[in-house]
Amino acid sequence: MTIDQIIFLLVALFTLFSALRVVTTGNLVHAALWLIATLFGVAVMFALLNASFLAVVQVVVYIGAIAILFIFAVMLTRKEMRDQGPQMNRNWWFGASLAVLTFAGLYFLLQGWNGISKTAAVFPSGFDAVGELGNALVSPNAYVLPFEVASVLLVAALVGAVYVAFNRK
Amino acid sequence: MDFWNDPLKTAADWLLALFTGWGMPELVAQVVIGFLGVLLLLSLLMVLDIFLVWVERKVVSRFQSRIGPNRVGPFGLIQPFADIIKLLIKEDITPEGADRVVYNLAPILSMMSVLILWAVVPLAPTILGVDLNVGALYIIAAGAIGTLSIIMAGWSSNNKYSLIGAFREVAVLLSFEIPMLTVMLIPTIFAGSMGIAAITNAQDVWFVFLAPLAALIFLIAAIAELGRSPFDMGEAESELVSGYNIEYSGMKFGMFYAGELLHAFTFGGFWAILFFGGYRFFGLEQVSPFLAIAVILFKAMLGYWVIMWIKYTVLRIRIDHMLAFNWKFLTPIAFVLLMVTAFLHALLADASSWLYISGMFLSNIAIAWIGLEIARSASRKEREKVEAVQVVEAHR
Repeated sequence: MTIDQIIFLLVALFTLFSALRVVTTGNLVHAALWLIATLFGVAVMFALLNASFLAVVQVVVYIGAIAILFIFAVMLTRKEMRDQGPQMNRNWWFGASLAVLTFAGLYFLLQGWNGISKTAAVFPSGFDAVGELGNALVSPNAYVLPFEVASVLLVAALVGAVYVAFNRK
Repeated sequence: MDFWNDPLKTAADWLLALFTGWGMPELVAQVVIGFLGVLLLLSLLMVLDIFLVWVERKVVSRFQSRIGPNRVGPFGLIQPFADIIKLLIKEDITPEGADRVVYNLAPILSMMSVLILWAVVPLAPTILGVDLNVGALYIIAAGAIGTLSIIMAGWSSNNKYSLIGAFREVAVLLSFEIPMLTVMLIPTIFAGSMGIAAITNAQDVWFVFLAPLAALIFLIAAIAELGRSPFDMGEAESELVSGYNIEYSGMKFGMFYAGELLHAFTFGGFWAILFFGGYRFFGLEQVSPFLAIAVILFKAMLGYWVIMWIKYTVLRIRIDHMLAFNWKFLTPIAFVLLMVTAFLHALLADASSWLYISGMFLSNIAIAWIGLEIARSASRKEREKVEAVQVVEAHR
């Protein structure tokens, strides 16, 4: 095993463990904190894949935004934030079988894919990954349409939020 | 002589030869050397931090017409060491009902969010941690971790004042992040890269001459990010006792305090790097890397002094005014500035450098003037409306 694989396994274990804790912990704020740990693990994955831009954006957008989620969790709950009720509801077997099915489906799909055993191509020296990404986002031959559609969607959400919150006198 | 020209690489090569000579595999040796480098940088920063306490206290005392620490050692220089001993031997109290793990994690994260910033700071042409190609975004990402530490401290203390302090501080931090990130894109446009080293290298003309308004907005947003007066919402002493860090005592409080001082110094440094040429000073950085380090430390100290100057002379702004100032004035003006700068950059790409510089400078001045005029007329209308209501009420 190479060092990269060991680091990957450690990070993957950490990410999965924190993801599990998000749903098993009874305390809302602890759940938010474990969610942060999970998303941080994903950011480390991006960094391991040489996607530095995605890694940093993951931290800025998700960890920065979860602070707000955190605040809402505190404000919308009472002082005692422990969830007293049972952790599972009656549909637990349905959710569990759906999760198992999804996992099995992904497993069978990836069995026929030979990309797993391949090693990633090394960037040639002086390769500007961020510049390439930026060009791809605004180039008509690549992703300009999805990029613009996503922007319009976000602006619509923004306008909607302002409309809902607007205080008419 | 190699050591004086490229100290970091020479030392690393020497250590590598030494370690492999001991029979260590090369990969392990490189990891160990990397750790040693980080350890060296962090220790130097922490020692600097100790003296920043002295600097801060001396400067504030001059602003308030006092003398400041002057009893322990020459000019009171040993005072911070006495303070450290005091902090270390103080009783460490964890409040009843506090969330222990989160409570103890918060000061560590607070300090960490400042220290990781130094990974991307170029101290000299050859001395820098990593040359990330997303350096400007990395600074904001580190700030996000700082925000997290504040809300963690505020919530886990199980104290209403600290929770309110954390809410207010996070509201300020999240909103001032936006003009800050927008303005950071302006040096990125000039340099054609988000990497901090590339931004430094591109500053044959300091960016402050190209974008004085951007430099000013960055300073304002940085002060808000630091949670310092006039934006010290998180620990407004007269309203919240001490804000989010109220329950912390001893060295845990010391971590917040030292983190804040180092943060201020670091942002003084980033102000210098993004707009005042970083380690560059009329070719002085080519002479010796040690001179370059001296130059950037001097510039960072100057930026830190400006931040202190504002902190100790301007009164705290009310939180609704502060947020309105950010959302209705700073953010729009930063967006307009970014768009105009990008447009002019494309338009003047082939023009002579004099035309380019003066065009950029004049556009900045024009945007600042127009923005102030709009703000002035809007506030005049607002005042007239309020006065009209008062007149009507007086006649009832």
